[in-house]
Amino acid sequence: MIKAILVFNNHGKPRFMRFYQHFPEEMQQQIVRETFHLVSKRDDNVCNFLEGGSLIGGSDYKLIYRHYATLYFVFCVDSSESELGILDLIQVFVETLDKCFENVCELDLIFNVDKVHYILHEMVMGGMVLETNMNEVVAQVEAQNKLEKSETGFSAAPARAVSAVKSMNLPELPRNINIGDINIKVPNLSHLV
Amino acid sequence: MSEIVERTLSALPGLLLQDPAPGPSSKLGSLIRSITALTSRQEEEKLIQQELANLKIAVSSPNTTLRQMKECMVRLIYCEMLGYEASFGYIHAIKLAQQGNLLEKRVGYLAVSLFLHENHELLLLLVNTVLKDLQSTNLVEVCMALTTVSQIFPREMIPAALPLIEDKLQHSKEIVRRKAVLALYKFYLIAPTQVQHIHEKFRKALCDRDVGVMAASLHIYLQVIKDNPSVYKDLTGSFVTILKQVVGGKLPVDFNYHSVPAPWLQIQLLRILRLLGKDDPGTSQLIYDVLDESLRRAEINHNITYAILFECVQTIYTIHPKSDLFEKAAKCIGKFVLSPKINLKYLGLKALTYVIQQDPSLALQHQMTIIECLDHPDPIIKRETLELLYRITNEQNVTVIVEKMLEYLKQSKDEYTVVALVGKIADLAEKYPFYIMNNILRANLLYSPNNQWFVETMNVVFSIGGDVVHPDIPNNFLRLLAEGFGDEREDGQLRLYAVQSYLALLEMENVHYPQRFLQVISWVLGEYSYLAKQIPIESVISKLHNVLLQNPVTSETSAWIMAAITKLVAITPHSSLVDQLIQEFSTCLDTGMRQQACELKALREERPLMQRLFPLNSCCEDLMVDASLSFMDGFVAEALSNGAAPYKPHHQRQEEKLSREKALNLEPYGLCFSPSLPSISLADGHSPSAVSALSEISGNSGETGQKEENRLKMEGVKKLWGKEGYLLKKESKVSKGECVSPPLESGISMGEEEEPAVTPAEPKVELISEEEREKKQLASTLFVGLGSNAISLMGRPSQTTQKFKRKTKFGKKESAQLLYSPGEQNDLALTLPNGASSVASRLLPSQSAEEKSEDGKVSSLFANTDLETFPSSTILSVPSLIPALAQHSHSAVTELARCGTLTLYSSKVWKDDCLLLALLIVNPTSSAIKNIYLQMEDTEILKVSESLCCQLSLLEANGVHQCWGSVHPVHPCKKELISGCVTYLAEVPSQLEFSVHFVLSDFIRPLMISTEEFGKMWSALSHDVKESVQISIPHLSLSEVFMTVQKTLNFHVVEVIGDEGIGACQLMPSVPSLLHCHLQEDMLLVWIRSSSSTLSNCLLHLCQKALQEH
Repeated sequence: MIKAILVFNNHGKPRFMRFYQHFPEEMQQQIVRETFHLVSKRDDNVCNFLEGGSLIGGSDYKLIYRHYATLYFVFCVDSSESELGILDLIQVFVETLDKCFENVCELDLIFNVDKVHYILHEMVMGGMVLETNMNEVVAQVEAQNKLEKSETGFSAAPARAVSAVKSMNLPELPRNINIGDINIKVPNLSHLV
Repeated sequence: MSEIVERTLSALPGLLLQDPAPGPSSKLGSLIRSITALTSRQEEEKLIQQELANLKIAVSSPNTTLRQMKECMVRLIYCEMLGYEASFGYIHAIKLAQQGNLLEKRVGYLAVSLFLHENHELLLLLVNTVLKDLQSTNLVEVCMALTTVSQIFPREMIPAALPLIEDKLQHSKEIVRRKAVLALYKFYLIAPTQVQHIHEKFRKALCDRDVGVMAASLHIYLQVIKDNPSVYKDLTGSFVTILKQVVGGKLPVDFNYHSVPAPWLQIQLLRILRLLGKDDPGTSQLIYDVLDESLRRAEINHNITYAILFECVQTIYTIHPKSDLFEKAAKCIGKFVLSPKINLKYLGLKALTYVIQQDPSLALQHQMTIIECLDHPDPIIKRETLELLYRITNEQNVTVIVEKMLEYLKQSKDEYTVVALVGKIADLAEKYPFYIMNNILRANLLYSPNNQWFVETMNVVFSIGGDVVHPDIPNNFLRLLAEGFGDEREDGQLRLYAVQSYLALLEMENVHYPQRFLQVISWVLGEYSYLAKQIPIESVISKLHNVLLQNPVTSETSAWIMAAITKLVAITPHSSLVDQLIQEFSTCLDTGMRQQACELKALREERPLMQRLFPLNSCCEDLMVDASLSFMDGFVAEALSNGAAPYKPHHQRQEEKLSREKALNLEPYGLCFSPSLPSISLADGHSPSAVSALSEISGNSGETGQKEENRLKMEGVKKLWGKEGYLLKKESKVSKGECVSPPLESGISMGEEEEPAVTPAEPKVELISEEEREKKQLASTLFVGLGSNAISLMGRPSQTTQKFKRKTKFGKKESAQLLYSPGEQNDLALTLPNGASSVASRLLPSQSAEEKSEDGKVSSLFANTDLETFPSSTILSVPSLIPALAQHSHSAVTELARCGTLTLYSSKVWKDDCLLLALLIVNPTSSAIKNIYLQMEDTEILKVSESLCCQLSLLEANGVHQCWGSVHPVHPCKKELISGCVTYLAEVPSQLEFSVHFVLSDFIRPLMISTEEFGKMWSALSHDVKESVQISIPHLSLSEVFMTVQKTLNFHVVEVIGDEGIGACQLMPSVPSLLHCHLQEDMLLVWIRSSSSTLSNCLLHLCQKALQEH
């Protein structure tokens, strides 16, 4: 079972949090800090598995993470999950985000925390993997977005603002999350990198 | 990155202004923008508090529209994510979920599932909304409700939702069915009994036409089968069929991930099959095929394929074994372990750890990789490797493995790792202390290095593990120490060593030890200081006193220390220091300490009583505790007759006190009892502080007869003291039973059970780099004693050495013959390089290579720089070789020369390809020696390698320096002597001369050739000698004769036919000589051929000697 999904940036700022097991607020923050501490001091060329955040539950638990340009995606799972399976699930999650946000970047996560949650709802439900097929997830999310589009006006504003910012010609424009897995070619990413 | 975000955000307001309708949700944008602009945590906190205050007003205002509310909720979610509590909004989130339109509802549900937890009281308010949405005709609403249910739902309301969700299993849309299955799974997790009745429906879900629904149902099956596998055995066939179809590519291409069909589904199915097939040969039979196919199909080089392979391997090793699958799985593990990808390597190690119990030989195959992983830059890999080593620890490799663990322990910082590792080390150290017993028979050395090993290892554990170590660890350690291992003398030495090492530790200044360690130290010192006869007890007391004064000690630790001092005072009652100490602490603020100081004072006045209270070395004796305190009867009677109130138990007093408080008390104040006496049972004396508390009770309850009462009180105290708290009676009895089982026998039988490596008869002569070699040596020490068909990289015949080991334990020369059964000739030839001295005398002191090597490791562990914090004690035993050398057969480390300040030891190491001479320079004094210069001179016959001439700028006090190098013969010769000298600077420049004897057999090694090769060489060699030798023992067969000769002359028996036999040996580096023998009654016709007449003659002489001596 997946116990928690955490996304934070290179400075440890939480960008997304979803716990599937209840922890008090204070504890959640501590877990994020501890996880960041554990993950951030690891090189990029070491393995993607970590044991032993003492907070989230001892030896039965593993942290499985991937580091994309500015963000860490960390899944905290118990021993009933396959390490490599989860590692690829993270990849699927990020690729899905990429599809839904059209070249996802850290800003997308910041401004659309709720949408990220909805996307995740289609993939993981109550700590269980519900769907791993990216197209299926995207289809579900898009079906929901149709509802939103039917409502015009204010709610669309921030999204528009952000996409305006994204297409501005800033040389240091934050890169979209680099799905840099050697095995995976994501063609639609290459043009921005 | 943050700068970039900042810049982007600073550009935002302009953009937003251009926006025709800057709606309320831009508030989130501005919030985020202002947060990002902040520099300090304080500012952020201030801002968010402000924001929360605004939000609070907004959400509670009746004018806020639902749309605005939705926007507020998103901001609240954001604030909560940053760690600020926004509980005022929870109720509004529920409202939003209830009242909003689809989009608002969605935000409401999301907020609720993020804010609340299962037991939150507000959650009940959500139930109605969920139930309503579950019945909605709108697909999206139903899905939202199901998602929420699986996320968060109050347990007591499950019955209300259950029928609705069950209905959803028949829903026409597969997404609803899928979510319904997972919602039911959630119910199963939190209230398994409530969903018992719908197991039939789960089966239907398993057979659902939609693959997604079937996959979702597997979550449930994995769980229920884990809980109770036997009920679901009938489903094995279905799971196998499903997996076969998936593997066979029968699913729509949609389900492919990187052209692997539904990998997560495969993983799930493999896990289920694993549970079903475990310990069940029948079920396993059904699974074999599909496993085989999975292994075959998983060939694409992608992560996810490896994920499937890994599951396959685990399944194969969990279900009933099948040999050909084992082979494939082993190959797979090999792929993982050898993979350059670090994730796969990690999993490979994990898999190895998993299978190691079933198949230890697998670890041997990969021993070199494992060794490399030990030095891997990734600490996670390292830790996994240590975990693996921990699983393969046996009594032969325990020291090396513990050494590796200690190394890692010293590097690790985080608490989690330290706790786990410390636990493992302590476990190993305590698991193999019987190991100490192996040395008893040869321990005419006073201080066996293995005592050191045990104590020093635990020292590191305590000092690094600090106060995070599990309390069982110090307790077990003290128990082992107190109960001993059945041999009085050895136990005494262990304790003595502990005392000495602790005194040395306390000697150091400005070092602070963890509390638990101080407690251990003080207990040991209190209990066993008397063993160290040369150390005055008073100095021990003063050291403990210093600890009390200088270190920050908790009151618990100070109680331990005081207890130790009290015990020591019982041995030496007259000491001015004690007076001073009593003086000091009887006025101290800590009541516990004051109490103990007073007790000590009183006891000192009653010397015979004190000695009766604290007898020497009696902590393990059972104590009778008079729980009824009958010895107090007289005193109580007297007190009662004097008008004292009868004793009332604690609870009674409490009740009375309560009843008094309720009503107005018109009575005059009666006897006053201490209001909250800690309730302490006599049987439960867990720490000395409890004792003091007890004493306090008795001190408070008594009124008269202070002195007499004091004495009576001490009687009670004594019983607890003697037990020393943690040495509970029951516990000690049980463990005694375990420990006392004759350790010697157990040590031996261990050796027999794990018949270790039989080496291939001819170790490959390879040119390998030094580094490689070191690694291999490490490997062979680590993997010693594993598996029956083990592959020993160093080609070391451990089987024979094992037997010698046992032999040496018995120490009977006569029985040596029993060992030489014909089947072992090859091994013998390898292990028995021999000298002019008789075999028995050589074998006994030299011991087996392995046993010796253990010592070597210990000494290298503690004598080298690794452990500078713990200087070995002032007593020096004969030093041991470093493991790299000690693993070869070698002679005993013997003293070569000695003068006042420096001792030189030597040992010959008979390696397969050369003779190494190891010289150990020992500084037994307590001051450092400088400028040591060791020199050896070649002779015409022997050449010494340069590494034996060494220079050492400094050798610390009690330090050992080892140097070694090879010695090569240039010409054959019976005997030769190499001399050398050591110059050094102690207080004055001095010189120590020495010489080392070598005999021809030191340089003779067996030559592994076949009969054909023998034939060719025979004619090629020119110098031969031929002679008949009388055999002293009549009626021996030729093989027996050969064995006799082999004890002196290390040669390879090529072939024996009837009473004729041939053998071959070589003088290093490679001068072959051949041997032809013919047995005629009691005469042996020996015919030796070699390339030099001297060699032939010398060899013949050795043969004669061997046969005559017999």
